[in-house]
Amino acid sequence: MQHNKTKNNIIIITVLISIFCIYNFLIYSSEEREVSIKLSPNALKGQTLWQNNNCWSCHQVYGLGGYLGPDLTNIFSNPNKGEKYIKAFLNSGIKSMPKFNFTEAEKDNLVAFFQQIDSTGYYPNMEAVIKPNGWVELKYKDEK
Amino acid sequence: MKNKTAIIFLIASLLVLLLGVFFGLFASLQYVLPDFLKESIPFNKMRPLHTTTVISWIILAATGSIYFFISKVENLSLFSFKLQKTHLVIFILTGIGIYGSLFFGKMEGREYLAYTPMLTIPILIGWLLFGINYFTTIRKSVINWPVYYWMWGTGIVFMMYHLSEAYLWLIPSFRAHFIKDTIVQWKSYGSFVGSWNMLVYGIAIYVMSKIKKDESSARGKKVFFFYFLGLTNLMLGWAHHTYIIPTQPWIRYLAYGVSMAEWVLLIHIIYNWKKSLTKKEKKDNSMAYRFLMAADFWVFLNLIVALLISIPAINLFTHGTHITVAHSMGTTIGINTSILFASIFFIISKLQGKKITFDKLKKSYYLFNGSLLLFFGILLFAGTKKGNWMYFTKDTSFSMMQESLYFTYIAFFVFGIVLVTAISIIAFTLLKSLLRALK
Repeated sequence: MQHNKTKNNIIIITVLISIFCIYNFLIYSSEEREVSIKLSPNALKGQTLWQNNNCWSCHQVYGLGGYLGPDLTNIFSNPNKGEKYIKAFLNSGIKSMPKFNFTEAEKDNLVAFFQQIDSTGYYPNMEAVIKPNGWVELKYKDEK
Repeated sequence: MKNKTAIIFLIASLLVLLLGVFFGLFASLQYVLPDFLKESIPFNKMRPLHTTTVISWIILAATGSIYFFISKVENLSLFSFKLQKTHLVIFILTGIGIYGSLFFGKMEGREYLAYTPMLTIPILIGWLLFGINYFTTIRKSVINWPVYYWMWGTGIVFMMYHLSEAYLWLIPSFRAHFIKDTIVQWKSYGSFVGSWNMLVYGIAIYVMSKIKKDESSARGKKVFFFYFLGLTNLMLGWAHHTYIIPTQPWIRYLAYGVSMAEWVLLIHIIYNWKKSLTKKEKKDNSMAYRFLMAADFWVFLNLIVALLISIPAINLFTHGTHITVAHSMGTTIGINTSILFASIFFIISKLQGKKITFDKLKKSYYLFNGSLLLFFGILLFAGTKKGNWMYFTKDTSFSMMQESLYFTYIAFFVFGIVLVTAISIIAFTLLKSLLRALK
């Protein structure tokens, strides 16, 4: 009886892990929903700067990160902000933002990073459509 | 007691808890006084220090508790004391390395794992040693495992997997796909939390069954059903963190379907356990019992928030706001910390043969829960205001929105001080008893 119970548990775990493996394979090999954006070498350098300086501690991308500063997903395409605004802000040391000393080349890399993440989607997703069943249809950029 | 490695794990956990809450307090100070000490303790340094340290509290306390339970309460002969000691030494040395990395600004990692990625290798080795020791000890000695053995086992295995998964970004071709990279990063974090929940909830069920002196609540069909449901949630239910990211809709659909389940698990078990507990049992284990009841309350409260924010239509407005922080604080402090405190109080009762009475820590207990409730409420309020600002206000800048929350942040900081005080009193009391046991 006890032996059977353990056997059943092992079978259930095996089934669950098999589903998990297939699930992971699908996620790791999946392409992005609509826009398959690959970060350029400059944008990747910008992403490294973003990581090494813990910019995510205060700022967010797609609402993920810290809440001390604003979300930067669409800062590049924001008509009131954009490239010049980003560059001016980076070394400003305004309010709780530490005074960074990014070089011009580093600023360019960060701008390239923001430009490319901007092209992947919207946040906040103002044109998302809420369905009666609680689901949300997101508005995608450059929908195919 | 000859081997005291489990006790050292617990002492280390309480020390990092004290450190972690103080880092948190300093970090929250930046919301109130943005210019104050921002060059010496900037938020981008304090936040990783806080998060890494409090995660270490959960990991070390859970690990120490499990080692103690299997070797000192169950009296199973541990496969290798040497492996256990090596595990401890690796974790302590890596911890020192992590603080070096964080203090000296050599942070090349990502959110929650900000330290230099190289340091994850010894952490993984530590988990591997723990896994070898755990499975070899249990496999030899236990037939018909109660659910907590399954939970601890799966917690250890999935912890290793998801910790490794969190570093897939080190592969350049993977990292170049920004959306996929972001999705997998948050997938790993969600499941990483699910893995430590397996360890912590397993501890809760263990302590309950020991207080009640009845193993049946840890062996029944129902408890296994909930365990498998929780495991499914750990594997597939992470995606409510990323509903808003433009990825494959099936990933989001699936998460919506399964993410409602995990919370029902623990509240159901605790509720049934509480119902059948006699007055004598409640009195005998007063502090452990009280903290398990506190966890019960926090599960209930967080269940409501978790269920709501897992509905995409609500998540749209709450994602990226302090409501998410309220949820994570409610779970890590209200649920995990309460359960781990209960576990350490239970361990101390085993070490000393006498319990720390509820009367001794009554004020701190109520201060802990009361201030956390206010802290939680303030975060929900701030999150609601931010969600409203994001979607329903025009021509209001981010800094104007932040300024409108100034008094909310002051309240957040004040409740934080009270919470840190209560946690410190409880942690010092536990530390004192554990240090006495070490002598």
